[in-house]
Amino acid sequence: MPPANQQQQKKKQQIKEEPRAVTEKTQDQAAREKPGTRKESVYFGIPGTEPLTRIERTVPADEPPALPPNDQLKYIGNRVPRQDGRFKTTGAAKYPSDTHLPNMLYGKFLSSTVPHARVSSVDTSSAERHPGVKAVHVIENDLLSAQVLDKTKEVQSKYPVIRYSGQPIAAVAATSPQAAQEAVSLIKVQYEELPFVLGADEARRPDAPKVFPAPAAQAETAGGGGGSEKVPQSGNVRGPERKDAGDVAKGFAASDAMVEGEFRTQVQTHSALEPHGVVADWKPDMLTVSASTQSTMSVRDELATIFKLPKSKVRVLTEYMGGGFGAKFGAGNVGVVAVHLSKKAGAPVKLFSDRKEEHWTGGNRPDSQQHVKIGATRDGKLQAIQFTSYGTAGVGTGAGTAGPAHAMYKCDNLKTEEYDVFTNASPGTAFRAPGHPPGCFALEQAMDQLAEKLGMDPLVIRDLNDESPARREERRIGAEKFGWKQKFRRPNSDPGPIKRGVGVAQSVWYRIVNMDSGVEVRINRDGSVEALSAVQDIGGGIKTVIAQVVAEELGIQPRDVQVTIGDTVSPPGPPSGGSMTTTSITPAVRNAAYKAKQQLLAHVKAPLRGADPVSLSLKQLAARLPIEMVSATAQRSPEYGKREGMFLGGVQFVEVRVDTETGIVKVEHVVAVHDCGRPMNMLQLESQVNGGVLQGISYALYENRRLDRNTGIMVNPNLEQYKILGAKETPTIEVHIIEHYLARSSTDAGGIGEPATIPTAAAIANAFYNATGVRVRELPITPARVLAALGNLRQGATA
Amino acid sequence: MSKKQNDGLSRRQFLRGSALTAAGTTILNSGLLAHAESPTSNAVGPGPVPITLRINGKDHDLSVEPRTTLADALRDTLHLTGTKVVCDRGACSACTVWIDGIPVNSCLTFVLDVGQREVTTIEGLGTPDHMHPVQAAFVEYDAAQCGYCTPGMVMSTAALLKSNPNPTLEDVQHAVSGNLCRCGTYPKVFAAALAAARKGA
Repeated sequence: MPPANQQQQKKKQQIKEEPRAVTEKTQDQAAREKPGTRKESVYFGIPGTEPLTRIERTVPADEPPALPPNDQLKYIGNRVPRQDGRFKTTGAAKYPSDTHLPNMLYGKFLSSTVPHARVSSVDTSSAERHPGVKAVHVIENDLLSAQVLDKTKEVQSKYPVIRYSGQPIAAVAATSPQAAQEAVSLIKVQYEELPFVLGADEARRPDAPKVFPAPAAQAETAGGGGGSEKVPQSGNVRGPERKDAGDVAKGFAASDAMVEGEFRTQVQTHSALEPHGVVADWKPDMLTVSASTQSTMSVRDELATIFKLPKSKVRVLTEYMGGGFGAKFGAGNVGVVAVHLSKKAGAPVKLFSDRKEEHWTGGNRPDSQQHVKIGATRDGKLQAIQFTSYGTAGVGTGAGTAGPAHAMYKCDNLKTEEYDVFTNASPGTAFRAPGHPPGCFALEQAMDQLAEKLGMDPLVIRDLNDESPARREERRIGAEKFGWKQKFRRPNSDPGPIKRGVGVAQSVWYRIVNMDSGVEVRINRDGSVEALSAVQDIGGGIKTVIAQVVAEELGIQPRDVQVTIGDTVSPPGPPSGGSMTTTSITPAVRNAAYKAKQQLLAHVKAPLRGADPVSLSLKQLAARLPIEMVSATAQRSPEYGKREGMFLGGVQFVEVRVDTETGIVKVEHVVAVHDCGRPMNMLQLESQVNGGVLQGISYALYENRRLDRNTGIMVNPNLEQYKILGAKETPTIEVHIIEHYLARSSTDAGGIGEPATIPTAAAIANAFYNATGVRVRELPITPARVLAALGNLRQGATA
Repeated sequence: MSKKQNDGLSRRQFLRGSALTAAGTTILNSGLLAHAESPTSNAVGPGPVPITLRINGKDHDLSVEPRTTLADALRDTLHLTGTKVVCDRGACSACTVWIDGIPVNSCLTFVLDVGQREVTTIEGLGTPDHMHPVQAAFVEYDAAQCGYCTPGMVMSTAALLKSNPNPTLEDVQHAVSGNLCRCGTYPKVFAAALAAARKGA
C-alpha cells in the first residue's frame, strides 16, 4: 500500500476532481429565471472525509428549506423503533393471508404436470358438481410468461400453450380449502405433449426444441426483470443486449496483465414467507382486493385494465405483507384468477399459493453462465472489460448480469453482451438487485485475480479504478473495522485441514426515483396528525420513516404521527422495490408536512415553536384552527440537479472458515459498509443490511432450485430440501452506514435493499480463494464442489 | 424398569415429538411430554367433530374435521391469525405455539390430539398494549422486518427463557434454529433474546 499521506492526498484530489458541484451550478444558472422555483443552498458531501459543503440548487418554490445534516436533527437518521413493531411481535398485525370476510371462499389452482404441451381439453364438469364448489375458472392467459410478439405466429391452441410444469390451468373456489383441493383434483386435462428443454446449455443448441415458435418478450416490472422488445432472437436465444464503449481490443493490447474466466450461478427462489396471494371481493360498486404485494398501485392498475374498470372502482389494501424480494409486483395470475372467481361466485375469494407453488412458480433469480475478460496496465489501471452472459429465466427474460461491469469501475474500453435463453421452466422475475449478485460474483473475482497478478492488495486496485468517493470511504472504514491489514494473508496460509481466509467485494446500484410517490398530511384541530399513502411496507420500515419525517417537520414525536399506508384510496405510493421507496416518497412526505404547516400557520397567524422559542406547540396552534382540519398533498418533485447515473453501493468484508476434509464453508464474520444518501433510520437500515448479507450468504452456499429432468417438476419445492440460511449459519455482522449528502431532494434519502445483498457472494468466493488458494467459479459453494475443487488442487492444478 | 426407560424413547413418544420445534427439543428431556396421554384412541370423523380447546386460558367450543391441524383451527376457525403457516410441514417453525408450555409446530399437530392440554398462542403471550418482555425486546432491537416469522420467533425465544433464564448466544441460536426468517433478522433476534434475558423476562 502507498504511504498514508500519499493516500490522503489522493483522497483529497479525488474529491476536488468531482465535477458534480461545478457543472450543476452552471445548469442551475441557466434555469435561474424559471418561474415557480427558487435558489436553495443544499448540503453536499461525506462527513468525515471533508467538511460538508453546500451547493446551490434550483428547487420548487413551495418546498421547505434545505434539511440540515443528521447530527442537527431530532428523529431523522436516528434509531427510531418500528412504529408497527408491537403489532408484528404480538400477532396483531393483519397480513393479507390473515384476512377473513363473511362468506369467504377458498381458491385453489390446478397446475400443469408437463413442461410443454398444447391443451386439447379441460373438463371441469365433475369439479362443478362438487357440493363445496361455488365457482370454476379456466385461465385464458398466463400473465407471467413472455408473450410471442407476433400473435399470428403463436401455436394455435384453444387454451394457453403449456410452457412449464406448474403453469396454472384452472382454479376453483369452494367453501373450505379441503373442498377446493378435492374439486381441483376432479378437473380433467388432456395434453398433447410437445418436446421440451430444461437446461440453458441444451436450449442454446440449434437443434433444441423451441420454447416459443417466434420471438417473445416479457414485460418489465417495477423491480426490474423483463426487458426490451427490440432484441433479436434466434431459436431459444434472445440477444444480445449490447453495450460498447471505446475499443476493447486496443485496451487489451495496452494491458500488462489480463484475467479471463467463466463463472456460473444457480437459480434461486425468493422464498418469501408469505406466499403470493390475495383476497378478492367483487362487488357491483367496488372491487376490493387485499394483496400480498410490493406495489398496491401496480395491482390496482393491472386489475383495472384486465377487468375494464375505472381505477376509482378498484381498491387494493396491503397494510402488512410477508416479504417479496422482487417477486410480488402486479396482480399476477393469482390476483386475476381470484377476481374472476369472486365475480363468478358473488362472494369474496381467498387465493394464496401453497409453499410448493410458491417455490415452483412464484418467481426466481435466473441462472447465469458468464465469461469475463479484464485487463490492466502494470500500475493497476483497468484498460478493458469484456463481458458476456447467458442465463435462463425459463419462459421469462431479464437474465442479463452485466450491471456491475457497466457501473462499478471506470474503464474506457467496455464491451458487454447479455443473452436470455428460453427454457421450459417457470418464469424468472425481479429478485433483489436483478443481475447484480451473479454479475458481481464474476467481476469481483476477476478483479481479485487481477490484483494478485499485479501483486496488489485488492483494496488498492479498487482505489485505483473506482471513482466514487463513497466507495473509497467505505473501503477505508471497512478495512479498519475488519482489520484487513492484519487478516489479509497469502492464499492458503493455514497449514491444517481448517483454513481461514478473508475477502472483499463491493456493489453499485442505481438511485431510482418513482415520480408517482404521493402522500397526504393532515393536522386535525385536536393537534393529532395523520399521514396517508398507498405505499406499502415490505419490511424495510417505510411507515416509521414517514412518521420520522413528519415529526421532524412539525416538531412533534414520531409516535404521535398516525401513518396509514397500503390503501389505494390514498395518494399513489411507489413500489417497494429497486431500493426506490425511501428515495421516492420521503421528499413528498416532507413537502406535504411543510405545506400543511404553512396552511395551519396561515389560519392561526402565529409562529410554530422551534424557530421561535416563545411560540406555541403544534397542538396549541391547531386548537385555534377555525376549521376541523388542514390537509396538504404532495407528489414527488424531480430530483434537484440534472446529473444522470447516480449510484448507491457498499463494500463488504468477510472472513470464512473452510473445512478441507468435509468441504463445509462457514462464514464467520462480515463487515458491511454502505451508503444510501442521507440515512433515515439507523435501526432499520442495519436490519436491511443484515438481511442483504444473510441472503447473500444463503445464495453463495446453500440455495439451488432443482428440476426433474424428465418432467420439469421442481424436486425441492419446500424449506428443508431448498435450503435457506438459518440461525446457526448466521455470522457476526458489523454494519456501518455512511452519510452521503447529494443535494438531490428535500430529504436527500436513498435506498439500501439491493446494494446490501449484491457483493456478499463475491466476497465469500474471494475469501474462499484466500483460505485455500483455489477459485470457486460456480454457485452454490456446496461441500461437494469444495471437495472437487480442492481435489484438483491436490492433483497439482492451479486456479 | 419401565419400557420407557428401556427404550429411551418409545415409538409413540417419537411420533408425538415429531411436531416439536427446535426450541421444543430443548425441553423434551424434561419429560413433560411423557405425561400427556393421547386422547385419540376412539375412531371419529371423517365429518366434523365437536371439541373444546383451551387456548390462552379460555375454552373454545368448535366443530372440526379430524384432518384439521391445530394451525388451521387457530387461523381459519378461531381467527387467531398471529400464528402463521409458511411451509405447512414442520420445516420453518412459523406456526410455533405452546402446548402445556412446550413449543410445537401447530401445522404438524392434529387439533384432536390437543385434548385437554393448554394451548398458548402469540396472542396469549402479550398484546400491543401489554407486551411480554420478549415482545418488547423484539421491538426495541428491531427484531422484525416483514414480521411474518416474528410470532414463531417470539414463541421459541420466550419458551427458551422460561426454561433457561440465562441463555448463552449458542442457546439462543439453537432455540430459534428451526425458525426460518427470509428477511435475515437473526442477529437482532439474538440481541433481543439476550437483552430480554438480562432484564429477567
